[in-house]
Amino acid sequence: MFLSMNWISDYVDLSGLDKRELISRFSLSTAEVENEIFYKGSDLSGVVVAEIKSVEEHPESKKLHLLKVDCGDGVLTDVVCGAPNVRVGMKTAFAKLGAQIGDITITPRKLAGYTSNGMCCSEKEIGISDDHGGIMEIFEDVALGTDIKDIYQIDDIVFEVDNKSLTNRPDLWGHYGIAREFAAIAGRELKPLEVIDLSQYDNLPGIDMKIENTLCQRYSCLKFENIQMNVSPVNMRIRLFYCGMRAINLLADLTNYLMLEMGQPMHAFDSRKVEKIRIKCFDKPFVFRTLDGVDRNVDENTLMICNGDTPVAIAGIMGGLDSEIVEDTTTLTLESATFDAVSVRKSTVRLAHRTDASMRYEKCLDPEMTVKAIARFVKLLMDIDGGVKIVSSLTDEYAVKYDTVTLSFDKSYVNRYTGIEISNEQIVKTLESLGFGVTLAGEAFTVTVPSWRATKDVTIKADIIEEITRIYGYDNFDVHTTRVPLYPVRAYEEKTVEDKMKDILVKRYSLHEVHSYIWAYYDEYKALGIEIEDNVKLVNSTNPNIETLRRSMIPTQLCQVKSNFQYAADFGIFEVGRVVDGLKDDNLCNEKKKLGITLFSKTKTIEQLYFELRDMVAVLFDDIKHTAITLSKKEATHSYQHLKNLNAIVADGKEIGEIGVAHPVVSKKIDKKAAIVFAELDVTEFAEITNKSISYEEPSRFPEMTVDLSFVAEKFEPIANAIAKANSPLVKKVSVADIYQDENGKSITVRILFSHAERTLTREEVTEVTDAVIAELAKDGIALKN
Amino acid sequence: MEEKILKLKEQLENELSKVQDAAELESIRVAYLGKKGCITELLKGLKDLSDEEKKSFGQKVNLLKGEVSAKIDDYKVKLAEAEVLKEIEAMPEFDMSIPANLERGSYHPITLVQRECEKVFKSLGFVVEDYSEIVSEYECFEALNIPKHHPARDMQDTYYLENGQLLKTHTSAAQNAIYRKYKDALINEGKPIKAIFPGRCFRNEATDACHENTFFQMEGVMVGKDINISNLIFFMKTMLSEVFQRDIKVRLRPGFFPFVEPGFELDINCLICGGEGCPSCKQSGWLELCPCGMIHPEVLKAGGIDPEEYTGFAFGLGLTRLAMMKYGVKDIRDLNSGVLKSMEQFTDGE
Repeated sequence: MFLSMNWISDYVDLSGLDKRELISRFSLSTAEVENEIFYKGSDLSGVVVAEIKSVEEHPESKKLHLLKVDCGDGVLTDVVCGAPNVRVGMKTAFAKLGAQIGDITITPRKLAGYTSNGMCCSEKEIGISDDHGGIMEIFEDVALGTDIKDIYQIDDIVFEVDNKSLTNRPDLWGHYGIAREFAAIAGRELKPLEVIDLSQYDNLPGIDMKIENTLCQRYSCLKFENIQMNVSPVNMRIRLFYCGMRAINLLADLTNYLMLEMGQPMHAFDSRKVEKIRIKCFDKPFVFRTLDGVDRNVDENTLMICNGDTPVAIAGIMGGLDSEIVEDTTTLTLESATFDAVSVRKSTVRLAHRTDASMRYEKCLDPEMTVKAIARFVKLLMDIDGGVKIVSSLTDEYAVKYDTVTLSFDKSYVNRYTGIEISNEQIVKTLESLGFGVTLAGEAFTVTVPSWRATKDVTIKADIIEEITRIYGYDNFDVHTTRVPLYPVRAYEEKTVEDKMKDILVKRYSLHEVHSYIWAYYDEYKALGIEIEDNVKLVNSTNPNIETLRRSMIPTQLCQVKSNFQYAADFGIFEVGRVVDGLKDDNLCNEKKKLGITLFSKTKTIEQLYFELRDMVAVLFDDIKHTAITLSKKEATHSYQHLKNLNAIVADGKEIGEIGVAHPVVSKKIDKKAAIVFAELDVTEFAEITNKSISYEEPSRFPEMTVDLSFVAEKFEPIANAIAKANSPLVKKVSVADIYQDENGKSITVRILFSHAERTLTREEVTEVTDAVIAELAKDGIALKN
Repeated sequence: MEEKILKLKEQLENELSKVQDAAELESIRVAYLGKKGCITELLKGLKDLSDEEKKSFGQKVNLLKGEVSAKIDDYKVKLAEAEVLKEIEAMPEFDMSIPANLERGSYHPITLVQRECEKVFKSLGFVVEDYSEIVSEYECFEALNIPKHHPARDMQDTYYLENGQLLKTHTSAAQNAIYRKYKDALINEGKPIKAIFPGRCFRNEATDACHENTFFQMEGVMVGKDINISNLIFFMKTMLSEVFQRDIKVRLRPGFFPFVEPGFELDINCLICGGEGCPSCKQSGWLELCPCGMIHPEVLKAGGIDPEEYTGFAFGLGLTRLAMMKYGVKDIRDLNSGVLKSMEQFTDGE
């Protein structure tokens, strides 16, 4: 919203104050002002009132005229002018030699062979409207040569307030409310609005009007006729233009002017079309043509202004084309009303049509304003057009009244909430300047909220704190730290685990952390042949491609691997993110925090890559929780899983996740030759695993002995079992030294480390153990190699 | 005999001069000093000599033996030195112009920025919390004093789910749960609530370079006795100075958010120009950074905390925006793309 400093200054005397500084304080105390401030008229000088004394056609140009112009200095100036509306006796705005118009300095100029010693200006050239149809005509009775800035308020400072910062302030949608803020900030007095006393028309007949639906809070109207003037005064038009509105005609301009001044939207109907005003909703939807000529579908929830049963306007949004003021309109009915904010907002959304009026109604306008706005309108109208006749009494129905809001608090409350000392005197002064009623008894304040702040904005005492502090100025605050007791802060285990997982995967395994989305992307899944599994859905996604939440991170990661398949021959990605595993019994989403890892390789076999990932996962458990994992075979149940080598990852007797190979169909769609494996862990369950404490074992000071045994075996498990069965305290470590495959089959070399804490080992005691292992394995038909 | 000795000496010199390696030297040693070596052979000839001759010749042969042995040892050292030299020389000069292999993992930029912020808050005694991404309407709105029919609750802004839950539109949705979790310690033990909760948020909107439907925020709250506006300003300034590693100027303007009262928009002096005015800050010298405010009494009440007794402040940082500012990411969609050419650039370099 654009605001004019001249307009504001109508209501508060800001003379002697730095306006730029004031605007910046307004931004810090009230609402955000856009950075650019417009100094209107600052690039205009030397333009005076002049009269055209003669007009001659240019001999060679159809458009140009040769004028002689009198600008009050007793000589006639030759001017070449292209405007179509020149005529003798016309007074216009004339830029003399040396005048400044925007970037241009007026100098004698040759136009088609004739010298022009100045320029007659259009309103657009002066910058007071976008009318460039001809030169400006001046009707005011002023001496020739008078600077036009002496007649019109061309010099002005215009600034823009961000509408978003006014959402909770219905009172700031007009200049008068803004002026109140400036008065409070500057510590100056707010002048009252000049209005006419409407009670003088009380004896005139009323208007047939009735609120049938209380979505209309208040409806006030007045009838008048005999308007002679059609064009608004220049100064009014300048203000409208500076504030971003186009002048149309006196009536339309006046309703706009009132809206920009008081924030009260108004509407003028042709009285013949509103003889029986009813405010109501209709039973069923219908089509209604608004005054912009658009047919709109109106439903049964939309409040309408009607003439009997005929709709004539959409309440709070826009009038109808049929009831518009037309050429033969003689009598007008002026509406000034308040409607339910939520209802207007919803209608606006349904109609997809936001107007200057609806924007204001959405903010909960003050119903106290309707009558005052009419009184102000009539005052302005009569000042402009003395012939206007009021032909009805003020007709006013006040259906829904807001309660008066009164708030009580102590000085100590203000001190506690602000943390600084603001004097009682300053509190009272601030609140009163903003229109609050204040009584102070000792240290106890009782504050009455003015009607324009009481519609939703100020309801609790903390709101009063804001009023006091924003005018006090946050820049003026003495800032200091808190005084709170000390106590240790315990880290949140799940977060700690998450951080450690990331560190290990990035630092040790060179994986890349990625982010993704919580839903399945249909097209991406489809491209890889991954089934979209039934799950909780979004009900209002605007993107048909996203609807179903994901049950697992792995399909997401396979899609991301696909988009990176040319990134490198080997890479791995991971993410800590959320999945939803359907609904729980209480109908709430079963949301889980998961770690997903996917590895891609064109240089390793699937088996090598699988073991790499298995080791990675084992390290996560070992490093973070000092816990070993076991893997147990699982049946594949999802389309992206390979049917073989899917294993549950078990720790502490609990399944924490799974590890597997991408289904060959999916894998081939990503890359024909690459190996792709994945693992998914439940981070919450991982975090819940008991962290095994470290129990130190002193290394033996005596020599250790290492024995390698090679068995012809398919799997390591029986060998491990046999060693375990031997149950020797001398066995300190068992590892696989080699796995060898040849035409005779597979052989596994196990390396067993023996040691004793207190003495040197004997060959015999070691052999005793190895013999037992060999004998045990022989029972299962597993023989030593050679 | 004398002649023999001289000859042997000569012969030895000759042979040693041709020695290439330790094995050859060893065979020379054996040839001269071994059990069947020529010097040993010489001594065998002693038995045919007279005692006198034995004595003098024996001395000479022993002397020779010593000389030969010393000479061979000498050569051994020389040979070893030569081998080390050879080894040293054999090593080529490496080509240092070959670029370093920087293959390594990478963190998501959000993780990096989030960790920096967490570090600051942990140092100030805040606990880092986490919360679910799917929340109830109550948590996301009612508990935050956002009534029904508030524009923020419009269907077009929020992703609603079939079961009536929704994807949280802001991290503030965790406030209620945080208050409930810590209120007993606050009320019974006087421990103020100090928590931050970073998290992923969702808005139902079309995406472009500046808009994402999935993004990160970080919320922080502090609740206790007598927490006030002055504390809030102090805290925000201190915290942001730490986050940005420089002395930050802050400016508060009134801002309307239903869950705070008073609510503020917090600006910081522009990081690019320092406040002089530049294109980044649209010549204003200030950057709008984060909303904050005193927690609304209704919000405290919903969390089981008596607003007459306790007050607090809350603030929200846009982690995604911070990451974009910090690293100069221009298209917000890059962050969730999983494109490794983008992601690999972010390392833990702090």
